[in-house]
Amino acid sequence: MSTAAVVALVVAGICVGLAAGYWLPPHGLRPSRNRPRPVRRILLPFTGQEISRRAFEAAVRLAKAENAVIMPAFLAVVPKSRPLDAAVPLQCAKGMPLLEAIEQRAESQGVEIDARVAPGRSYRDAVRQLLEEEQFDRIIISTTDNPRAGLSSDDLRWLLERVPAEVMILRPAPDDTRRISAAGVSGHF
Amino acid sequence: MSTPRLNQRTSSTDTDGTGMRARGQYKVFLGMAAGVGKTYRMLQEGRGEAYAGREVVIGYLEPHDRVETTLQAKGLEVVPRRRVTYRDTTVEEMDLPAILRRAPELCLIDELAHTNALGLEHEKRYEDIEDVLAAGIDVFSTVNVQHLESLNDRVAELTGIHVRETFPDSVLASADEVVLIDLTPQALIQRMREGKIYPQQQIEPALNNFFRIENLAALREVALREAAEDVGSKRLAGEASGTRDDSLAADAPQAVGERLLALVEPYPGAQRLVRRAWRSAQRLGGELDLLWVRPPGPKIPRDQMRALAALRQLASVLGATLLVEESDDLPAAIAAVARRRGTTYILMGSARPARGLARVRTPLPQRLMQLLPGVDVRIVADRASRKGDDKP
Repeated sequence: MSTAAVVALVVAGICVGLAAGYWLPPHGLRPSRNRPRPVRRILLPFTGQEISRRAFEAAVRLAKAENAVIMPAFLAVVPKSRPLDAAVPLQCAKGMPLLEAIEQRAESQGVEIDARVAPGRSYRDAVRQLLEEEQFDRIIISTTDNPRAGLSSDDLRWLLERVPAEVMILRPAPDDTRRISAAGVSGHF
Repeated sequence: MSTPRLNQRTSSTDTDGTGMRARGQYKVFLGMAAGVGKTYRMLQEGRGEAYAGREVVIGYLEPHDRVETTLQAKGLEVVPRRRVTYRDTTVEEMDLPAILRRAPELCLIDELAHTNALGLEHEKRYEDIEDVLAAGIDVFSTVNVQHLESLNDRVAELTGIHVRETFPDSVLASADEVVLIDLTPQALIQRMREGKIYPQQQIEPALNNFFRIENLAALREVALREAAEDVGSKRLAGEASGTRDDSLAADAPQAVGERLLALVEPYPGAQRLVRRAWRSAQRLGGELDLLWVRPPGPKIPRDQMRALAALRQLASVLGATLLVEESDDLPAAIAAVARRRGTTYILMGSARPARGLARVRTPLPQRLMQLLPGVDVRIVADRASRKGDDKP
């Protein structure tokens, strides 16, 4: 083989190597493009330090079936004496770890998450503002036996009447004791 | 809990070497709520000083018809209140000129956050106290933590009650001693039920509103933290003015002023980084800034706009500041913002795999460490992808 042919082969090899290096990410695999981007959005609002596992699992099942993204939304109540965009660190101290736990759990099941924090003068006001800013295909709400926790029955009636999305309300069940709480956060948060 | 004294206690007859009376010593009894025993303790200590031979007077006392408090005040000289009439309403206020004329060694003045009636020397009682201290008279005073200006919003968030009578944090910072009067919420509620704080008809409404156990627990935490910070800052100030190495003292105040900068991009996963950064900021007692360095060029796509709005909302409820800078030189833009904001920590997510020539460039964390010596750079792990963490 002539010197010119060897040089040409080496140059070609270098070119192929550079091209491969440019186009392929490290580990030699392109990210899969088979999975389509989720287009539907499922809102999962919550108010406290834990949510029902039933509600979460329902959201995950629907998200998988409909190729949807789950949007857990932490509803924060800002006192009337303060501006609506004021910081509420004490409520966040309860809500953020739960948001993290939901996100971790959903991602471990292969479901995309796009979290929201919705401040308002009341829980209903927070939901109303969220719905004014964004569109959702479904809303999943779990109710509890505790009248002081979360959205009231009036709020739920309001949601059913006013919200242009499918609203799924999960009634409290006696055996529904499984919760997702901030304690479920994996690792140090 | 009491802060260590900075100086040896001076008698009010001491002078500052110029023949003038030195400023009086200021001791504040801080509590989480009404009824914890601030006034009682102030009177108790005042009596102790009187027994020790000092001239002690009560400048202003609000006994709230509490028997134990009234008994503690018995035997101590009282400077009579003055009556002030404004628009057909007569109120009783502390008589500042009378206290200054009386010139005792120690004056006990309750409720320093009180707002005076119109027409008096000062708008607020803590300003009256400043005059008393300036006259070389020592002062013992009382206040609840919710009146602190910097905590006003936090207390409003906690209790839903916006406290109108506030006082600047500098007043507490300038006190020579801050004594925390601590009581468990359960014990305070028990005192309330026994009628030791409010009259019978006010007990139930109080228990259903402000005096709920969760409010009191949170306020207690705020009060304890405030007292701890006061102890810490006075210790640092003491070291700065004392015998310790100057360089250590110069560094010390900076150590309490952490500022974190989290590098974000408007996509859903960025919120996780923000939450982690916020938790770190809370643990460090620092401020949090979020920075997106946006490449110059076309309009922001709709998806990014939505994610940016969500980030802005999150920043606002967390009390963080979202900054958007336009630049094509990422490290330089971050370094400029970090210098401008006085950043001490930078938090960032793990970078996407580099491609092509970008692989031979120095990675961003290293570039930042070169550009910002003395600033910690922390890469936040993606815990969702950590193996073995799945829970049933």
